[in-house]
Amino acid sequence: METTSVKPQFSEAAKAEIERICKQYPTERRKSALLPVLHIAQAEFGGWVSPEVQDLVAEVIGIKPIEVYEVSSFYTMFNLKPVGKHVLEICRTGPCMLRGSDELTAHLERITGAKVNGATSPDGLFTLKEVECLAACGFAPIVQVREKYYEQLDTPAAVDAMLTDLRNQVHRPALPWEETGLPNALANN
Amino acid sequence: MGRKLLTEHINVEGIDTFEVYRKHGGYRSVEKALKTMTPDEVVEEVKKSGLRGRGGAGFPTGMKWSFLAKPEGVPRYLVCNADESEPGTFKDRQLMSKLPHLLVEGMITSSYALGANTSYIYIRGELLYVLRILEKAIAEAYAAGFLGKNILGSGYDLDLFVHPGGGAYICGEETALLESLEGKRGNPRNKPPFPAVQGLYARPTVVNNVESIAAVPVIVNDGGEEYAKIGVGRSTGTKLFSACGHLNKPGIYEIELGLPVEEFIYSDEYCGGIWKGRDLKAVVAGGSSVPILPKELILKTAAGEPRLMSYESLSDGGFVTGTMLGSGGFIAMDETTCIVRNTWSFSRFYHHESCGQCSPCREGTGWLEKVLHRLEHGHGHMEDIDLLVSVAKQIEGNTICPLGEAAAWPVAAAVRHFRDEFEWHVTHAKEAAKPGAVYQGKSVLV
Amino acid sequence: MAKITFDGIEVEVPDGTTILNAARQIGGSIVPPAMCYYTPLKGSGGKCRACLVRVAAGSTKDPRPMPKLVASCVTPVQDGMVVENTTSEQVLDVRKGIVEMLLINHPLDCPVCDQAGECDLQNFAFEHGVSTTRYQEERRTFEKIDIGPLIQLHMTRCILCYRCVYTADQIAKGDRVHGVLGRGDAAEIGTYIENIIDNDFSGNVIDVCPVGALTDKTFRFKQRVWFTKPVNAHRDCPKCAGNVTLWYKGQDVLRVTGRKDQYGEVKEWICNECRFDKKETADWTIEGPAHIDRSSVISANHYELPVLNQSVIADLPESTQRDLEKNPPLKLG
Repeated sequence: METTSVKPQFSEAAKAEIERICKQYPTERRKSALLPVLHIAQAEFGGWVSPEVQDLVAEVIGIKPIEVYEVSSFYTMFNLKPVGKHVLEICRTGPCMLRGSDELTAHLERITGAKVNGATSPDGLFTLKEVECLAACGFAPIVQVREKYYEQLDTPAAVDAMLTDLRNQVHRPALPWEETGLPNALANN
Repeated sequence: MGRKLLTEHINVEGIDTFEVYRKHGGYRSVEKALKTMTPDEVVEEVKKSGLRGRGGAGFPTGMKWSFLAKPEGVPRYLVCNADESEPGTFKDRQLMSKLPHLLVEGMITSSYALGANTSYIYIRGELLYVLRILEKAIAEAYAAGFLGKNILGSGYDLDLFVHPGGGAYICGEETALLESLEGKRGNPRNKPPFPAVQGLYARPTVVNNVESIAAVPVIVNDGGEEYAKIGVGRSTGTKLFSACGHLNKPGIYEIELGLPVEEFIYSDEYCGGIWKGRDLKAVVAGGSSVPILPKELILKTAAGEPRLMSYESLSDGGFVTGTMLGSGGFIAMDETTCIVRNTWSFSRFYHHESCGQCSPCREGTGWLEKVLHRLEHGHGHMEDIDLLVSVAKQIEGNTICPLGEAAAWPVAAAVRHFRDEFEWHVTHAKEAAKPGAVYQGKSVLV
Repeated sequence: MAKITFDGIEVEVPDGTTILNAARQIGGSIVPPAMCYYTPLKGSGGKCRACLVRVAAGSTKDPRPMPKLVASCVTPVQDGMVVENTTSEQVLDVRKGIVEMLLINHPLDCPVCDQAGECDLQNFAFEHGVSTTRYQEERRTFEKIDIGPLIQLHMTRCILCYRCVYTADQIAKGDRVHGVLGRGDAAEIGTYIENIIDNDFSGNVIDVCPVGALTDKTFRFKQRVWFTKPVNAHRDCPKCAGNVTLWYKGQDVLRVTGRKDQYGEVKEWICNECRFDKKETADWTIEGPAHIDRSSVISANHYELPVLNQSVIADLPESTQRDLEKNPPLKLG
């Protein structure tokens, strides 16, 4: 977790990726890179974007800090408070609800000890966040963890498998492109 | 089983690579268009095809293209709307992750038709893994000379980029999407000016859904007239439906428009019927924002005709007895579904996703959710049911963008077709508030 | 030029004029209310939906009606357009609905709000709303925030018109520190990290605010505005044009604001020195009473009236006449 005294810095790899992204837009439209750069920042700095990290994002893009705050607080993917090692984003929208997302949420609260949209689990591993439709309704109920979709979590065994998978991850991928797990359902549909 | 125009090769091993995709006839439309057709001729074929926007509005794509302003010396843009987030809809995600080159090919051919030299695919932020699949496909297309300068020696240049969102349903609205692509909050713009005149960076812009763009190669290869022969009436071609909810076989199905709804739900070729041997109660046929229909009205129109999977048939009867094809997010609900609870869930979604810019939507979506929450949890009053209808009416048509309608329609339709169930939630509040309690006519199923 | 018919009245305006501004050229009670649109602020408008009107005919070329009501403040006129505002039941009905939406989460704390009496929302609700509410739920609340020593942000009253954000953009030339954070009905005006709005012209956000969300801390709870008397005045100011309105109670200048036109719009920004530091009559050259066109409790004071109409004075009670002789009304400049 960042402290206010030390100014955060992007790694060289992240800086290179940011520059690649900025080139996708007209020179005078660097602000367009804001969302992709925020994704990189969140992956690089512990799964959330502190005010200091957001100021850094403003600096590398060349915009005012308020322009970053306005955007980071609008889009739900950006965590503005510290989170556990893994943020489990549980879809709660209609189609997932029809296939048991409420039960899944309750089950995850019970076995991880975390509270939905609240406290991280006591072991610091899991933060539970309810989100709206993740566009995988046919494989409901689902949980997204960073770039990976865990699907058809309608049995305790499926949930256990997901948690085991997450617990076995030695390190949190520092950069988003280090992790390219494909959802199970894609492999066998 | 009907013809598959988009997903014919979806299960071919390695179809996500340039090599395999090319072997299966990929990128032919780019060759044909750039070498033998003028941009206007491509637009003409799309017009002839009768293709209608697959994102939900169903506006004819060719006509949308012909509206694009083309002032001399001003760049114009094609932006692909891959911000798929309408509850019940997950077709674009499957299409992009399994057939990334189909979208890339469609983007090249379409960009050529529109005279765009830079194009973007705006993908919802949650699908970052699909963004990486697309970026890989784009890199392969550059390497093969299908993107970049002087494509296939035609003199046409195109750069194609993928841009991630950050988690906001509203960015599926085309002007909110453009704001977001400019690095701003996803607040829809006032119209006019329309994107065709002032879109991305205030330049003329066309925004098309993934599935619409993916249909362009087929149309260019086979000709618009051939495409138009498929389907019924003004519902031409094939459409991807994302089937979900209480079905035996949820998933993505490409169907020829005009398939009977009953066949789609019960045939083993498609959804295979309702799960657990239960009865069907209701269907939301085109993504959560379209009106819900009870079993009797989704299988047959009010006139007793079989309801078909087409724009016209699904909307037969208007909102009184019909619905809309929308985005093709087909949500089936079995007899154990509580309509009030489900409507509350949808309302919560729209409340959560309202951008908050204009007052009827900002305040009204929250109001709807709170009243529905009250009804569902046993604290409702009889007046609340008419209040819901009234608030929905106050939102509908009075907002900057269609999210207002999207929030109002499902509530109004649920009350229209299931009023007795709402009333039961008031008269039997205690019973109704129990988890899993469901009204079924006069009996209660717990 | 384009000729349009607005509520049956014909008016000719330059191409590109918005429907609202065309109506303002006609003036009077047919002008649609505007809670978020503000002429000097580029980008404002379209949000509150108070000014929705019905376009019964789009243009001479395409006389079809527009399918939905349109926001008159951002929709340009077309030659031959026919617009209905007060003549359309639908418009009036929808407007009632808009009042209700804007009020369901408003605290209705007018009795303790400094804006009361000159509040656009109050006027809007009074003119177009219904006097009951159907909203039973808890209202949204926020903590009050000081954005600097002189301005208070009371977000609970905000209707998210975005005017203050556009103002900041304009006066700070892109260097603004406050904006709209969050989204939906949880969206709020804020600085995110308790930033102070440090700009010589920051006080103008108070003037543009249609409600009591941004108020002048130096005027806080000093006086109800309808007991104060507005007087136009100017001074040589190195920072701004120095044209202001002083609000008097007796001999004391209780506050200084920019000069508002009949639609509540300030055409010349004033600097913070003029607004917050110059509260002596001696600081100013007095021009005369400020005229309040718009109906509100401030104009109900009618203290200009004796100057304008001598015959009325003759009919006043003797005590009032004596009072007038003792405190002669200010002459119009």
